[in-house]
Amino acid sequence: MKITKIFLIIFVIINFSQSQADEKSEELKNKILKNVRCLICQGQSVYDSESNFASSIKLVVKKKVDDGQSEKQIYKFLKEKYGQWILYEPELTKNSYVLWLLPILLFLFGGAIIYKNLVIKKK
Amino acid sequence: MKIKIFLFIIILFFIFCFFIFYKGLNNSNIYKPNVEIKKDIPIFIAKDFYLENEVNSEKIFVDSNFYILNIWASWCVPCRKEHSILMELNRNQSIKLIGLNYRDNLNNAKNFISELGNPYSQILIDDDGTIAIEFGAYGVPETFIIDKDKKIIKKFVGPLNNKLLQEIKSFLK
Repeated sequence: MKITKIFLIIFVIINFSQSQADEKSEELKNKILKNVRCLICQGQSVYDSESNFASSIKLVVKKKVDDGQSEKQIYKFLKEKYGQWILYEPELTKNSYVLWLLPILLFLFGGAIIYKNLVIKKK
Repeated sequence: MKIKIFLFIIILFFIFCFFIFYKGLNNSNIYKPNVEIKKDIPIFIAKDFYLENEVNSEKIFVDSNFYILNIWASWCVPCRKEHSILMELNRNQSIKLIGLNYRDNLNNAKNFISELGNPYSQILIDDDGTIAIEFGAYGVPETFIIDKDKKIIKKFVGPLNNKLLQEIKSFLK
């Protein structure tokens, strides 16, 4: 009877950890698919689209996630095949540095004005 | 004086923003795939169209100077249009024409080939479209020219026509 109980507990623990791992890979897969643009659809991510292209990408991403590839590796693969455009989040490249740096510059500029005004007012 | 410098900086900043956005607006927002690529072809395993056995890509892309991989499907209307061009390409002895049957019903695909003729040296099945993704394809029809080093040297998105046939022939010279 005791042995049966121990086996049952081990079985439950293994099943639980398995389902948690499945959940994690499913989460990672969905996260990636939401950041991948469906190139043949109008304004849809691969996650939202049911087109042939999107469903094939879903299968490829699922396989790569199941094979243990990281998010970065999968993005790199997709970028190699389809270019930067396939990703919604642009990377910091020579073409996109203005896009990334402009908000920071604006923030610093605005902050400097506010700081200066406050200091002047205090004085 | 300080205010003047401040105003000058602000105006300069707005002019800078204006040019950035003006340049951005002039860019086309229609996605154009990169067709001038020199990339290695992927290694994959696919089912043979007739024999239905599994074939490794490394055994397909051998013994030819040029390979043309054409992605097609029986449900694709433009594929029907470009078929005569493929039949003509098949006459060229220096190339090996490989077909990749994309997300298709096998019987319909076989009917398509028996009706229009078989231009391919070998046809492979891609029933879930994943091999096409490995090649960086968008859909059907799509044609890749591959050199003897197994590098994709040109890709044609959409159906082939006489003009593109001449372009392909110039590649093969």
